[in-house]
Order: sequence, then structure tokens, then C-alpha cells
Amino acid sequence: MLEILAQTGFNALYAASYISLVAVGLVLIFGVMGVVNFAHGELFMAGAYAVVALYADLHMPFLVAVGIGLAFVGLLGLLMERALFRPLRDNPLGGLVASIGFLMILQSLAVMGFGVRMEHIPPVTQDVIAFSEKVRLPVARLYVIIAAVVLLSALWFFLKRTRFGWALRASAQDPEAAALQGISINQTARIAMFIGAGLAGVAGALTAPLVSVNPFMGHSVIITAFIVIIVGGVGSLEGAIIASVAYAFIHTVVTTFWDGVLADIVGLMLMLIVLIVRPTGLMGSADRA
Amino acid sequence: MPKVVPWFALLAALIFLPHVLSFSQQEILVYLAINVLIVTSYRLLTLTGEWSLAHVVIMGVGAYASALLTKMFSVPVPVSILLGGVIAALVALVLSVPLFRMKGFYFLIGSFAAGEIIRLLWKRFREPFGGPKGIKGIDPMPDFSIGIYDFDFFEPISYFYFAAIVVAVCLLILWRIEKSPVGLTFHAVHWQDKLAQAAGVNVRAYRTLAFTIASGFAGLGGALLAHYVGTINPNSFDVEVMVFVLTWAIVGGTATFYGPILGCVTLTILNEVVLREMGFEQARPLIYGLILILSILFMPKGLESLVQKLKPGRKSAVPVERAAE
Repeated sequence: MLEILAQTGFNALYAASYISLVAVGLVLIFGVMGVVNFAHGELFMAGAYAVVALYADLHMPFLVAVGIGLAFVGLLGLLMERALFRPLRDNPLGGLVASIGFLMILQSLAVMGFGVRMEHIPPVTQDVIAFSEKVRLPVARLYVIIAAVVLLSALWFFLKRTRFGWALRASAQDPEAAALQGISINQTARIAMFIGAGLAGVAGALTAPLVSVNPFMGHSVIITAFIVIIVGGVGSLEGAIIASVAYAFIHTVVTTFWDGVLADIVGLMLMLIVLIVRPTGLMGSADRA
Repeated sequence: MPKVVPWFALLAALIFLPHVLSFSQQEILVYLAINVLIVTSYRLLTLTGEWSLAHVVIMGVGAYASALLTKMFSVPVPVSILLGGVIAALVALVLSVPLFRMKGFYFLIGSFAAGEIIRLLWKRFREPFGGPKGIKGIDPMPDFSIGIYDFDFFEPISYFYFAAIVVAVCLLILWRIEKSPVGLTFHAVHWQDKLAQAAGVNVRAYRTLAFTIASGFAGLGGALLAHYVGTINPNSFDVEVMVFVLTWAIVGGTATFYGPILGCVTLTILNEVVLREMGFEQARPLIYGLILILSILFMPKGLESLVQKLKPGRKSAVPVERAAE
């Protein structure tokens, strides 16, 4: 029993790592741009396909493929900012529809470029750290956990300790006051979109060898991310990370002892309960809704 | 009587149109009739200012309810379709208790969660919902004759006529509701909710009322669909379908009664007929996505704004509320 719990703990930690990368990006975009990016799951998918193309097909080193994946998806984010979200800044429903349009385009491009089949990606490493007979942590998963910790720490440092970070948080709190202080709204929007999209892309790239990569994989990712950002409080990065860990543990435990569909139901119930108790999310405020 | 002429023209077109279409296009026409009801009922709900992502699942509630009523209790099909609508409305009434604690973005996400939970329950419980495979072999409408026309529901044309009549009656009711004092209060709740509250309007009760009525008609639409296709499963009502309804409403525009209908008909014809005929089978979602983006960028007020430009001198349907925006 203890062994199963320990194993579940490792699985949950791995899930929490990539979920928090995706959710933090989504929160950042929502906070700064005020738009719900429905295409966020497809940015995750685009990162995974970058690894398919560069690592599996062109045999580049894995880390190079992940790095290019991050930059590529970050650029997709910049494209979305310039072409969609900037012209639609005062139209949140419009931004939502535009991101749905972008989602369909990305999905369709993936289908045309790679087909609907599941991609096979050779494992990065077969090594396993075995604590005991039943408690085993594959090193490939450990890499994802380490990468998430490093990237999120870097983001935290960037937001709390640099001038750009200050500007970003100021525009998330009050765009007009920030603009009056000489902070360029377009500049902060660009940075937020690049980082937010890039984090989703790097999460997709890192997990690509460990999950089934297909053009429609973004669907479940975005649902999970929504649950996490609601439970954590929209606009709160720390909340998103804490909620990712909590959600991953609950989901993994329910999946291990019962089944996956029930785990999804439990996750959604959790979100609904949070919304009923605190109709504006745990740490969110009403005025950005 | 010049006002009636366009209506007769429309009626004549709807009667003759299916006869010049291919079999698969006739099927699209049946779906289109049902989708017009879904998107119009969705607009009633958005009148109060809240955008739900549960509408298609509620439609599914009607479909499942009607299918199960005929299968388990041998309820005759036309009755079960009506009951499907009633049950969908009741489910919505229950859902509205937690959901209308939220507003705006939180309502959007909350309604999505509530809808997904219902959908996953269908998936999880094989009894009575049939699990992931859903319900198969749903009873079709029984054939009948009205003297001048024999309804043979093996033919899409017959089902199209039947569905179109039901949908037309529903649209008429929805139209009457919107023009009634209750409907005007829905507008007030959206654009002036503080003022309405101060004037003694129970804002939450009106939101609940709009949600329940809209859901009842969506359930009816779902039941119509179930007895036409004969098989339903949880994926028939997933968020992808909801996205289509949402985009029909937004691309069409929701300020007028006909806006969402315009959006639904235009986008469906573009997607299902024009792009298919032009041979863009694989790239269809890509082009559809591009159309969505371009229309929201260059036509933010929807297709209905084009119609209003074509008719100078006629005022917008909701001039007072627009000014308050």
C-alpha cells in the first residue's frame, strides 16, 4: 500500500510539472491580455510536434529540439498577439473566437503535415531509478520535473526581480495606470504572449516522448489547465502552481484506484465546488471577469 | 399586403429547396433546421448577458431523455420529444442554482464544468446511458399522413419538413417571448443590471428563467436530432459542437433575432457545401478557422450589421440598449 502511494506520488509529481507549465502560461496571458486563450492546448501540441519533426525525424539532440520548440511556439504566441489579440483588445468575446479559429488552423496544419496517426518518438533514455520493486521513477520523467522546477523558478525571478517583470505585473493589475507610468502595453503583451506560449510549447516538447502525440492532444490539456487556473484563482501564478500539484495528486490517485473518467469527473466537481463557494475563484477578483 | 410576400417566398423556397439537393445535402438541411433552433435558443440565454458553454450538453440531455423514454418506457416518439425538452429545462433549472452565483468568465467556465460532468456521467455509466458507445437503435418517428402529404421518415425530406415545422413553431414562441415584457426585462438585466435591480427586478430570477427556457428548446432540438440519426453518444455533444454554436452566434451577431440564424446558415453552407464542393476536404478546419478570424477582425458586430447597412432608415433592433453599451 505504501509502495503504491509512493509510486502514485511520483506519477503525480510528473503530471503536476507539465500541467503547471501550461497553466502558468495560461494565467499569464489571461492576466496581461484579459483574453481566454482557447488555443493554449494546441500550443502544447505544436511543441510536441516540434520534437517529432526535429528529434524523431531529423535526429537532432533532444535538448536542441526542445529549445527550438520553445522558441517556435513562443513565436506563434507573438503572431497571435500581433494578428489577433491586439486588434481585439476591447473585445474579449472576439479574442475568444479568434483563438478558437487559431486552434482549428493549428490542428488542421498538424493533420496535413503529420497525419492523424499517433506519432512514435524514440525514448530519450530508458534509465529507471528503482527505489524498490514497485517504486520506480523513469529518468525521462525526472527530466520533466527538473525542467519544470528550473523554468518556473526562472519565471519567478524574472517577474519579481527584473524591470520587465515589474512592468508585466503592473499591467496585469491595472493596464491604464501602467500605461500612464510609461509602460508600453504592446511591449508587455508581447513578452507575456511569448513566455506564456513558450511555456506551453516547452511542456509539450518535454513530454512528447512520454505521451501519445496526435493533432487532437491539446483538448484534454486545455480542460485540465482551466480546472487548475480556476481552483488556483485566475491571475495568481502561485495559486496555479499549487493547484496543479493538488489536482495532479487527486487525479492520479483516483485514476490509480478507480478509473480515468471518474478522475475527470472528480476534477471538474472540485472546480465547480470552488466556483460555488467562491464565485470569483479562490484568489481571483471580480473586476477582470 | 407586401409584408407577407417575403414570408411566402421563404416558405415556397423551403418547400422546394430539398427537391433539388442531393441526398447528403438533404441530410445537412435537416441538421441545419435543428441547429437554427439550437442557436436561436442560445441567443435567448445570451440576452441576459451570460455566455454558457453547457448549451450543447443540455441539448444532449433532451436527446438522451427522449431516447431513453422511448426505449425503457415505450413512450410514443412525438410525446418523448416534448418530454425531452421539459427534462432538459428541469436539469437546467437545477444547474442554475450553483451556476448563477457566478458571472462573466467564471460563469463561462462554470457552465463548461457542469456540462462536462453531465457528459462524463453518460460516458461512465453504461446503465442506462450506454457508456462511450451511447444509445443505438433509437425509435424513429412513426410515419403518418396529413392527406396532401405522406410523411415517410425514412426520407430526409420528410424529416426536414417535420423538423422545420417544429422549429418554426419554436422560433415563433421564442420571438413572442423576446417581445413580451419578460423579454424586455432580459435586455434590461443585461445592459442595466444595477438599474434593473434598483427598480425591483429580481435579476437572478430572470437569468434563471432565460436559462431554463433556452435549455428547454435546446433539449427539444436534441430530441429531434436523436430520433433522426437513431444513435447518440457522449461525443455527439462535446465541446467541439459547442464551439460551432458559439461561433455561429458570434459571427452572426446577437443584437438581433435573425443574427445567429444568419451566422448558422452562412457558416454551415460555407463549411459543409462550398468547401466540400471545392475539394478542400482536409483543409476544411483550416479555412473555417481563417473565416472565423477574418470575420471577427473585420466584422466585429457580426453578419447582422451588414444586413442593417443594406436597409438604411431602419433602426437597429435594440437602439436604447446599444446606446447604454
